[in-house]
Amino acid sequence: MKLTKLLTGAAMALGLATSAMAEDKTKVGFVYVGPVGDGGWTYEHDQGRKAVVAEFGDKVETVYVENVAEGPDAERVITQMALQGADLIFTTSFGYMDPTINVAKKFPNVKFEHATGYKRADNVSTYSARFYEGRAVQGTIAGHMTKSNIVGYIGSYPIPEVIRGINSAYIHAKKVNPDVQFKIVWAFTWFDPAKEADAAKVLIEQGADVILQHTDSTAPQAAAQAAGNVITFGQASDMAEYGPLPRVSSIIDNWAPYYIARTKAVMDGTWTSVDTWDGIAPGMVGIGEISDAVPADVKAAALAIKDSIADGSYHPFTGPINKQDGSAWLAEGETADDGTLAGMNFFVEGIEGDIPQ
Amino acid sequence: MIRLEKRPQPSRAWSMATPLVAVLATMIAGGLLFAILGKDPVEAIRTIFWEPLFGEFAFYYRPQLLIKGGPLVLIAIGLSLGFRAGIWNIGAEGQYIMGALFGAGMGLAFYPHEAWYIFPLMVLAGAFGGWLWAMIPALLKVRFGTNEILVSLMLVYVAEQFLASMSLGLLKNPEGFGFPGSRNLQQYESAHNADLIAGSGMHWGVVAALIAVIFAYVLLNRHMLGYQIRLTGEAPRAARFAGVKPARLILFCLGASGMLAGLAGMFEVSGPSGQVSIDFNVGYGFTAIIVAFLGRLHPVGIMLAGGLMALTYIGGDIAQSNMGLPSAAIQVFQGMLLFFLLAFDLLTNFRLRLGKPEVA
Repeated sequence: MKLTKLLTGAAMALGLATSAMAEDKTKVGFVYVGPVGDGGWTYEHDQGRKAVVAEFGDKVETVYVENVAEGPDAERVITQMALQGADLIFTTSFGYMDPTINVAKKFPNVKFEHATGYKRADNVSTYSARFYEGRAVQGTIAGHMTKSNIVGYIGSYPIPEVIRGINSAYIHAKKVNPDVQFKIVWAFTWFDPAKEADAAKVLIEQGADVILQHTDSTAPQAAAQAAGNVITFGQASDMAEYGPLPRVSSIIDNWAPYYIARTKAVMDGTWTSVDTWDGIAPGMVGIGEISDAVPADVKAAALAIKDSIADGSYHPFTGPINKQDGSAWLAEGETADDGTLAGMNFFVEGIEGDIPQ
Repeated sequence: MIRLEKRPQPSRAWSMATPLVAVLATMIAGGLLFAILGKDPVEAIRTIFWEPLFGEFAFYYRPQLLIKGGPLVLIAIGLSLGFRAGIWNIGAEGQYIMGALFGAGMGLAFYPHEAWYIFPLMVLAGAFGGWLWAMIPALLKVRFGTNEILVSLMLVYVAEQFLASMSLGLLKNPEGFGFPGSRNLQQYESAHNADLIAGSGMHWGVVAALIAVIFAYVLLNRHMLGYQIRLTGEAPRAARFAGVKPARLILFCLGASGMLAGLAGMFEVSGPSGQVSIDFNVGYGFTAIIVAFLGRLHPVGIMLAGGLMALTYIGGDIAQSNMGLPSAAIQVFQGMLLFFLLAFDLLTNFRLRLGKPEVA
């Protein structure tokens, strides 16, 4: 016990000394779960980091470590950044939750921001994006565009985040095409080009002519391109290099405004612990250019959904919606509350298959 | 002309020297790589090898070396027994996962009851889980002559599916808002494998690794079974004449390595990692194979090799954050280590000769 105190004390003293040396520079650290070149999730977080550098120039110093395994390695890397004088640290994967909280306890003067988690503290904020809003737009396009009426969906892990996306896409595809059917493959990875390509191929063989993905690599795009007559959507980043076909649109994670705002808050001394869950309206979720491969009326319908979500007149989860087992969830005109959405662990009525347990 | 000539006896001197030569060659080739990437090579090498041990924040990194090296050494010791006898357990990663699942499952079954006997039971369960998983390739080999390399490797992927299933189902934290992953054992005192002296990094897994080193040393040098293991590896025919029963040896070597890998998983999940999650395993079981060979399959060598690997991991992360080196460059650097080791290994059994072969 005493030794921990001593070490923490020494760590803090050193931390203070280091930050005092670089007095006017705010040091911001980023911990990434994948490589910055993944073209998806981590790539977009790194774009956010670059935006912070572009915004503040000499006044900030950013550091990052990529490919950090969740668990003790993450805890070590976060601690290392805090020891070396970081003022603000973004930990950008769900699995960094407990490590972030553990390190935050030891460094009360450092601010932490954890993406997609639910544990907060006085110096730990959480932030995430309402990707399901983007899925509503994708579902609309998918429902219109499918000829086989089979939409393939590559799920990563069966967590609320992913299940929300599947439900939202399904509800909106079904709205414009009552015959639509979803086939879901669980890849159990966020980033594994080989597995993702296999998943896409399996879905295409089963007749899917639209592939939605909740994994981060461009491998499913390449698989769809090779198969031909299959459309896809960019995930996490625009993946425009696969347009106009197979990629017809995308969901873009745009972390830059948030990262800039939070860095500014640390500089101004106005940072407080918050829980942010932003969608299309504030720009955290971007919809990539809808390509010309999509007919004009479908494009208009998709943009109408996007605009109605952005201005707040429409919520993607508006009743009547039943759960998969047929029990009532949302009554006519009722919208889902954030609590239920955050922990969503059920499919809506009409989706076949079970959530892996 | 340079040619290779087989040595009549493997060179003892080269056998001892190759790991050191390999490390030096890695430093030089790695330095070149870093220089091509536009980074100061001396600074990069210094950051990787010096910073964690003697740098400004060494007080934090030194305990981390134990945390990172402990499971590597524990698994590698087990593997080395089999490797010496020509029994190839490539699936330690799977046994590591099963040990963690059995251990964590045992602990969580008691939650929230606090008692002194919970942790020892978890240790037994973890060892059993790893042993059980290794018994599958062992029995298949003994009974049907299957290849243990393939079976043990394939079982890694089966274990990963179990891990995902447990994180999403049976062991999922009921208070986790539907997210995958078990309760955090660090917050369950009776099941927590805490540092024995807080902040020292010395948890039961590290102690177990040290005990395993001593045990393996005694076994190999002082015990009949150790003699049989060495003999089988060096001269299988002679071993059979000497009355070594291959089946018994297979069961022992795979069982022991599985048990140690299971223990490593159990100590990891109840300590540094804290919870069963889908991405719990980070490749210790595979890295341990490198550690075993880097340590010349010798217990003391493995202990040093485990420390060295841990150093490159920790130093590599520091170099990434301080110098902006990409993680791929660090992985190439670690790969070079094994590559050079195997390359220089040639010199143990062969010598370089200049000129034409002499006519006898």
